[in-house]
Amino acid sequence: MRNIVKEYPGFPPVRALDDVSVRIDHGELVAVVGPSGSGKSTLLNVMGTLDRPTRGVVAIDGDDTATLNDRQVAGVRARRIGFVFQQFFLLDGMSAIDNVANGLIYQGVGIKERRERSAETLRRVGLGHRLTHPPSHMSGGERQRVAVARALVHEPAFVLADEPTGNLDSRSTGAVMDLIHGLHDEGTTIAVITHDTTIAASLPRQVSVFDGRIESDSAMQSAFA
Amino acid sequence: MTATLPQRTSASRLRPSDVLRVGASGPRARKTRTALSALGVSIGIAAMVGVLGLSESSKSALLDEISALGTNLLTVESGVGIGGGDGKFPEGSLAAVNRIETIETASAVHDVEASLLKSEFIPSGQTRGLTVVAASESLLETLNGEVAEGRWLDNATSEYPAVVLGSVAAERLGITTLTQPIYVYVGEHYVEVIGILEEFPLSADLDRSAIMGQQASEAFFESDPSPTTIFARVESGTLDATRDLIPTTADAENPEEVTVSRPSDALEAQAAADDALTTLFLGLGAVALLVGGIGIANVMVIAVIERRGEIGLRRALGATRAHIRRQFLTEAVILSALGGAVGVALGIGATYLYSGLQGWRVIIPGTAAAGGFLAALLIGAAAGLYPAMRAARLAPTEALRA
Repeated sequence: MRNIVKEYPGFPPVRALDDVSVRIDHGELVAVVGPSGSGKSTLLNVMGTLDRPTRGVVAIDGDDTATLNDRQVAGVRARRIGFVFQQFFLLDGMSAIDNVANGLIYQGVGIKERRERSAETLRRVGLGHRLTHPPSHMSGGERQRVAVARALVHEPAFVLADEPTGNLDSRSTGAVMDLIHGLHDEGTTIAVITHDTTIAASLPRQVSVFDGRIESDSAMQSAFA
Repeated sequence: MTATLPQRTSASRLRPSDVLRVGASGPRARKTRTALSALGVSIGIAAMVGVLGLSESSKSALLDEISALGTNLLTVESGVGIGGGDGKFPEGSLAAVNRIETIETASAVHDVEASLLKSEFIPSGQTRGLTVVAASESLLETLNGEVAEGRWLDNATSEYPAVVLGSVAAERLGITTLTQPIYVYVGEHYVEVIGILEEFPLSADLDRSAIMGQQASEAFFESDPSPTTIFARVESGTLDATRDLIPTTADAENPEEVTVSRPSDALEAQAAADDALTTLFLGLGAVALLVGGIGIANVMVIAVIERRGEIGLRRALGATRAHIRRQFLTEAVILSALGGAVGVALGIGATYLYSGLQGWRVIIPGTAAAGGFLAALLIGAAAGLYPAMRAARLAPTEALRA
């Protein structure tokens, strides 16, 4: 991701990201930190292809996303990126397993395989006993683990988590962070957005964003140190 | 490039079966809302299918009646009143009418000045609206009448004091079977009842009469054999021409006093009136359907606003704009299809119920049932179009900013 500028229209245009360049390598676990309004969520949206930059290049595995059309960008999200959100975004009308299975639906995977892989992933996050429960009957920590399972079910190369522990108590936070560390150990590339400095400090690399710019990047510091 | 890097360029895709599944997930999660929004469409469809089914069933009953009666029957009557007519045709007019080449059969009826009573002990004023007429033997054939009990007049019985009762006359006299000889008091004679007729399709006057042979009426009641009404069956296709010929033929001196009418016209007029009413009700059904469609559009617009989070999530999971559009369009069509199916069932049920009560043959026009369902689908698609476009236009980041 190089020289990213993202402006939101208005007078004057709001420059949420100002000439930001970040490179995240395979297998990294990065914390993106910064106060609210600093542009870190915009950074995540642009990295996750949910939003296109006004200027600059977002390249994923060397593919410039600007050259892809809506279907192809959606395909990148469907196959290679997994999202975890602060508000979980689980669908209440469905069981946990069907919520997780939604992570595979836009790849064109058949329903039987979707359910099998979802059940497996739910067991992996420790919810093997809650497969058919609707999310509304679950605790916050359980819901976020369902959401994590949904982000993992298609085995993405890159997981983006936007304040994944923002709505959780400390015990559930620990469980979710353990999951994220476990994933990292298995080789998944992960970016966690957080304003919680304790969490950020527990991760190998911290990128700090302020006012649309990268204020500091622990990887660069160590390189120069 | 596709060959070397298939993973990188493969676009997002949603199976058709999953389009249906995803589209059904919304309605399934909100059952009350689904039922209520489908209800509007189902009322409209039920009204339309019911109206079409009922009108077809009632029309077929009417057409059965018309074809039983025949559309080639003419009733010829002589005027009474201002013109000075006495309501009778000159003697020999039946023979004259029968000589018209395009007339298949013609029969005459004339009134007999005698009261019809159950016995001599009943005061002569209490006729209960029943009359006595004399008719030629061909009358039954000319009118396509049917005998319910006993038999019709023939060569022999036409000369004797015997009567055949119309259906209403028999009922009012309390005569239902003829297993034993039964007599009624006509004028000053007891006369045997030899038959009871079924209802005539359109000659209500004859239903209220006792009918005897012409010879008998002259011999025993000294009645004037001049016809009062002539019924004529006309060769098909010559109706209008024949109709014009009749007045001068039947009464050469006073052709202007002769009125020729076609009884089936009344039934056809009734059918036409029913058609007009059907169109009106169909219009009302269409309005109900439209209102139902607007209801679905309304519910869908609300759903799109409420489910921004879901839309954003689905985009994050890899749904394209087209997938989102298809999901909400499918959802609207599912709602309306549900309403349509229920509506068609209700409409058919109503038709069965009402036709059963009326004793009609049930006719459900297939086009009405299929057309009703199709109309529901179209309404749903139209209603879902705008909300679906709005859902698809929503930027994922905006949708996720809950």
